[in-house]
Amino acid sequence: MIARLTLRTLALGYLALLLAFPVGMVFVRTFEEGLGTALEAVTRPAALHALWLTLLVAAVAVVANTVFGVICAVVLVRHNFRGKALLNTLLDLPLAVSPVVVGLALLIVYGRTSLVGGWLAELGIRVVFSTPGIILATIFVSLPFVVREVVPVLREIGTEQEQAASTLGASAFQTFWLVTLPAIRAGVAYGVVLTMARAIGEFGAVSIISGKLSGRTETLTIYVEDSFQSFDLVGCYAASVVLALIAIATLLLTNLSKPREEY
Amino acid sequence: MGITVRDISKRFGDFVALEDVSVQAPTGSLTALLGPSGSGKSTLLRVIAGLEKQDDGEIFIFDEEKTRVPPQKRGVGFVFQHYAAFKHMTVFENVAFGLKIRKRKKVEIRHRVRELLELVQLDGFSERYPAQLSGGQRQRMALARALAVEPEVLLLDEPFGALDARVRQELRAWLRQLHEEIEVTTILVTHDQEEAMELADRIVLMNHGKIEQIGSPQDLYENPANEFVMGFIGPVNRLGDSYVRPHDIEIRLQEFGSSVEAMVDHLFYLGFEVRVELSLEDGQHLWAQVTREEASHLGLERGKTVHVHIHHSKAFGNSVADSLPKP
Repeated sequence: MIARLTLRTLALGYLALLLAFPVGMVFVRTFEEGLGTALEAVTRPAALHALWLTLLVAAVAVVANTVFGVICAVVLVRHNFRGKALLNTLLDLPLAVSPVVVGLALLIVYGRTSLVGGWLAELGIRVVFSTPGIILATIFVSLPFVVREVVPVLREIGTEQEQAASTLGASAFQTFWLVTLPAIRAGVAYGVVLTMARAIGEFGAVSIISGKLSGRTETLTIYVEDSFQSFDLVGCYAASVVLALIAIATLLLTNLSKPREEY
Repeated sequence: MGITVRDISKRFGDFVALEDVSVQAPTGSLTALLGPSGSGKSTLLRVIAGLEKQDDGEIFIFDEEKTRVPPQKRGVGFVFQHYAAFKHMTVFENVAFGLKIRKRKKVEIRHRVRELLELVQLDGFSERYPAQLSGGQRQRMALARALAVEPEVLLLDEPFGALDARVRQELRAWLRQLHEEIEVTTILVTHDQEEAMELADRIVLMNHGKIEQIGSPQDLYENPANEFVMGFIGPVNRLGDSYVRPHDIEIRLQEFGSSVEAMVDHLFYLGFEVRVELSLEDGQHLWAQVTREEASHLGLERGKTVHVHIHHSKAFGNSVADSLPKP
């Protein structure tokens, strides 16, 4: 009894101290000077632009990495080919490499003086210090999540359902769309949540590639830092609360879209 | 001819799964592919369905060559050992799957699915999910799903293998009845000789990727081609180089004919049948099958000395006795 209580206290205490308390304090500080002040802080043009940019970038990254992630997982689980181990290792690169390094790497490749960057600039496409660069950086850092969530699910469901579908006349695409995808959707959904969370929260890579131009290339996380640096504490806390709320909303959405009765 | 398989070979790396296998399944028949695990029977079935690609050989379904036709277009219904139910679909949606793919009208689908669910005795379950069904019910659903698209042939891969003994017995009787009703050419894979003998008109007995013998259940039992067949189809004793069925051993209390002396080691009462384990004077062991009545009439008990006479024994030329399963 005492042992169980101790364990429970330990687990909850750990969470409270390291997670709930700091996040809670952000909420407290935000509304300390009243709801009006907080609202004013997040509806400033620069804040609204940062929010919009964050949502846009996250949306693109989630869509891109979900499509790529599912395809990649199918290839990894269902196909056998040379270089499979290499692909598997490469997929974890974004987790291993610091985002700052990712930002720098992108700067080198897409900077105006580089080959690729120069070529794109001639076409009128600006990557560095602009939205495409932020999207690229965000895709990079949030790449592995869908793959890593889908691979084990795909492995677990096996190939029998797919084979059954094919003997019933379904083409490869029909089998994927009607049988495989519904079977792995829980894994995909969780992967999307993680990708979304990572995309919204990304700071390091974006802070380098974006140039932090207020009202233009500032995402919410950059905006938080910016207002912190300029002693706009309410603005800083309020933007943090918005970040937290987006994350909570994403989690709730996934829970709502959980499959009906299965297991 | 319903299904014709000609000279099929298949390797998985170094492992030879099938070697020059040729089989025919007559129209409307129920053929069993019987054999121990690793004998290649499941691989052969999957090759017929197009789920596995053979290295060599040809496949015909109703005299139409299907060797290089993808599974979608072979016109086979396939039932898997572990059901392969679409877990996210209801029973109705599972059975309707093939019809939906074929873009049949909704009314027609509803009608056909209802008909099939009745046939497999699952009417009233159409809105359930597979997880809410028992194993036996799931397998019947899988069978209805396979039958929905009116396959030319039905392929069953150890369909009762994952079920407990009692349900297996029930489904066996039910399947035999169903087959009489719908008369679709069927191949059943099983490792259970009793199941094969009870269900099939013809048994193809396989071992190590080759066919040992093809024939009716009676044929295989009475005229086994070799030791392997004799040992796999029904119980057997080995005495020196010859083989004898336990029911071909007669036990008496007095010496008779060319009988030999034996001692009763053990007695097992298995309902109607009594299993008598004996040891002969020369140290060889064998067991005999007698009825309860005989056993009590003879007053058999452990340690008793009796006289046994072997009525039929079989000896085979070249020995493959190593592959004989232990009795």
